[in-house]
Amino acid sequence: MNEVIKKITETATRVHEKINKKVKPEIKIPIRALSNVNYDPKVGFFELKGAKKKRELTVNTIKSFAQSLKMMGLSKQVVESNDMATKREAYYVSKNWGDARFNEQTESDSTMDDIEAMFMVNREQLGFIPEEKGGDIAGKLIVIDKDPTTGKEIKIDCTKFGSGAYSIPSLVEQLKFETDAKFILAIETAGMFQRLVKHNYWKTSNCILISMGGVPTRACRRFIRRLADDKKLPVYVFTDGDPYGYMSIYRTLKVGSGNAAHINKYFCVPQAKFLGVTPEDIDEYKLPTHPLKDVDKKKIKDVIKNDPFVKQHKDWEKALQLLQKKGQRVEQQALAAHGLNFVLETYLPEKLKKKDKFLP
Amino acid sequence: MQTKLSSDTKEMNHAVEQAKKQREISISEFFTKNRHLLGFDSPLKSLSTTIKEGVDNALDACEESNIPPTIKVEIKQTTPERFKIILEDNGPGIVKEQIPKIFGKLLYGSKFHKLSQSRGQQGIGISAAALYSQLTTGKPIKIISKIGKDKPAYYYELHLDTQRNEPEITKEEVVEWAPYHGTKIEMEMEGKYQKGKRSVSEYMKYTAVANPHSNLTLVEPDGTIIEYPRATKEMPVKAEEIKPHPDGIELGILINMLKMTEARTLQSFLTTEFSRIGAGTAKKICEGANLYTKSRPSRIAKQEADNLLKVMRETKFVAPKTDCLSPIGDELLKKSLKKEFDADYFVTVTRPASVYRGNPFKIEAGLAYGGTIEKDSNAELIRFANKVPLQYQQAACAISKAVTKTNWKQYGLSQSNGNLPVGPVVIVVHMASVWVPFTSESKESIAHYSEIIKEIRLAIQECGRQLGKHIRKQKKEKDAAKKLSYLEKYVPVIGEALQEILGNVDEKKVTANLKDVLERSRK
Repeated sequence: MNEVIKKITETATRVHEKINKKVKPEIKIPIRALSNVNYDPKVGFFELKGAKKKRELTVNTIKSFAQSLKMMGLSKQVVESNDMATKREAYYVSKNWGDARFNEQTESDSTMDDIEAMFMVNREQLGFIPEEKGGDIAGKLIVIDKDPTTGKEIKIDCTKFGSGAYSIPSLVEQLKFETDAKFILAIETAGMFQRLVKHNYWKTSNCILISMGGVPTRACRRFIRRLADDKKLPVYVFTDGDPYGYMSIYRTLKVGSGNAAHINKYFCVPQAKFLGVTPEDIDEYKLPTHPLKDVDKKKIKDVIKNDPFVKQHKDWEKALQLLQKKGQRVEQQALAAHGLNFVLETYLPEKLKKKDKFLP
Repeated sequence: MQTKLSSDTKEMNHAVEQAKKQREISISEFFTKNRHLLGFDSPLKSLSTTIKEGVDNALDACEESNIPPTIKVEIKQTTPERFKIILEDNGPGIVKEQIPKIFGKLLYGSKFHKLSQSRGQQGIGISAAALYSQLTTGKPIKIISKIGKDKPAYYYELHLDTQRNEPEITKEEVVEWAPYHGTKIEMEMEGKYQKGKRSVSEYMKYTAVANPHSNLTLVEPDGTIIEYPRATKEMPVKAEEIKPHPDGIELGILINMLKMTEARTLQSFLTTEFSRIGAGTAKKICEGANLYTKSRPSRIAKQEADNLLKVMRETKFVAPKTDCLSPIGDELLKKSLKKEFDADYFVTVTRPASVYRGNPFKIEAGLAYGGTIEKDSNAELIRFANKVPLQYQQAACAISKAVTKTNWKQYGLSQSNGNLPVGPVVIVVHMASVWVPFTSESKESIAHYSEIIKEIRLAIQECGRQLGKHIRKQKKEKDAAKKLSYLEKYVPVIGEALQEILGNVDEKKVTANLKDVLERSRK
């Protein structure tokens, strides 16, 4: 029997038995928050500390209790029929649950995350997939996938998309890779990705370009991890020089998030290194800046105080403090102030010569 | 000192100059300079003060004559700034000779000299309104009054002679007037009419709350007619007149009393002019002050009176009698709150009488909770002194202090420190006393005597405890109802989900068991 189905059945059986004995049933769910993770650089990602919240069935918890069970029922049905449901579809299915229906997709997503954490599996194993885009690839890489109808192997050459790009699918476990590239460059913005693709930067520097489009999705993280592991490639990350780029994008890619610590093991890229834009680049390259927003200032204070990742890496603490002192943030596109091709002709080559200066 | 003697001619000339300027200040000058003390500081307030004085007088007159009052207030706008106010009551009427003096002479009244609970106190109110009317429009005040079925109705038009403080009659005639007895007054004045907080309609509503035996009607300038029907035909307990209690007496008043008394000896002066002084105590006081019991009161010099007062202050007296108080009564207060507020819970309390500075007083409090009363704003606080609503200077009042210092959280309402509680609640506090200590002449707030604040707090706390019980009970019922509806909604879903996952599940049994388990649990 499928492992997920087994776990769902076990849980339901336990609940059923307790009810038959007229005892209040309960389910245990790990707390999904930054406060409940450990970070050891040797391990490489955020791990759950283990604190669990008990969802005992009471009058106050009965609604979410019922919703969790219904969600498990849906998962079992989807997995058994070898089907998939997007997170949005799962939300719409709940509209048939009468008063137990979800009012917002955030509620059904959160219930889904609870079940993931409870069973220590990822939502794809539960039969649920996100509808978000995984990320774009261009460069020296051949992705080996299967034709969804025939099951025959197909080779996708990522050098052959012209000014376009290959899209990372929602499920990446079945993919295989062929490449002779020297490194992976993961980029925050689609705009910067476009500029590098347009000038075939992957050819001149022999690399694979990946556009994350903001905070990387799980599929994107998993894709980079599998590719990097499989082909022993270093991963360099290129984001805006602000707390969002550093902590929300880079840190999530490298060590995962507090909210999904139960699955970080799979969805992290511990070998990632930070290329830029660093706070020091602002002076070094005389880049135009914007003042830090209030949310940025708050985020810097918050992560220095609470984020286990920053606490482990003094270099990051220093970088954030420097940014805080400057009171400024800088965008990737600011490099265009020295000419549109400055980034690929000067900035990236110079940076790649000093890899020891990359932030951890 | 302008009259100081000096050989210097220059200074003498100066004194002469000064003397030329010194003259009697006319009553209108006095009024203009002190109008804020009398409640005529803005057009808005002047209009409401006028109505207030008129209605208060009518209520007092009706009560004294044991007539259930029916009072009609009509306000008409004549120009953008001017209003005509018509006040009509079914009171005993005023005897012909008194009419000009009552309305046309300041500081003329019957209430100032006696100690008994009444609404008006200084006799300044209605004549001040007439003066204000005259100063702003130049129009006379018009009065019709009739004292009995077979008596004629007299019609007067009056001016105030502001130099001499005497009424000037411009018209006097006998007219046909249908009511058996009563008084109708008409004045025109500059003013402003507003609805809402501190409005005339608010005053009328509050007056109806404190006077459940009265029947009030208000006709607003836009023609809206608001009726405040009576809640009872029973007249309130009549307030008895009492002699002053020795604890509250002051030197000036004592000297005045010594001059005016008809008693022939000091001992009999003490026993007849004061309450709670017997012959023995009177003798002791005289001895203590080194005075003969047989001295003539009018011969007592100032220094001797001072000694007398000193000894009186040191003597312990029995608390004054309290039959001089006329409370609203907790039952009637509740009745009238029910009539004027759409709430679902009411509680009222009348405290036993207490004393401050020798003046007996009684505190009553009431709460109206729930219903259509605003939920998310501060509680509405209604303050009464001798059944008269106090609409201004709320922050300075002893009632507000007692209410805001009370911890309402323990009674189930929210409250930030030192503020009125927040929630769907109306708080009513009434102080009845022969002498309410107001902080100013406009009689808008009660002075902070610790005895008074203590009594108010006790009354509020008593009401608060009852309200707290009610709120807790209500919450319990609501929780129980919520629990039931939750069980109805979600328990079957759990059975359904288990069936989907496991198959072979007796959904009915699951539902029955779960309901049983959860209904027994307290959470």
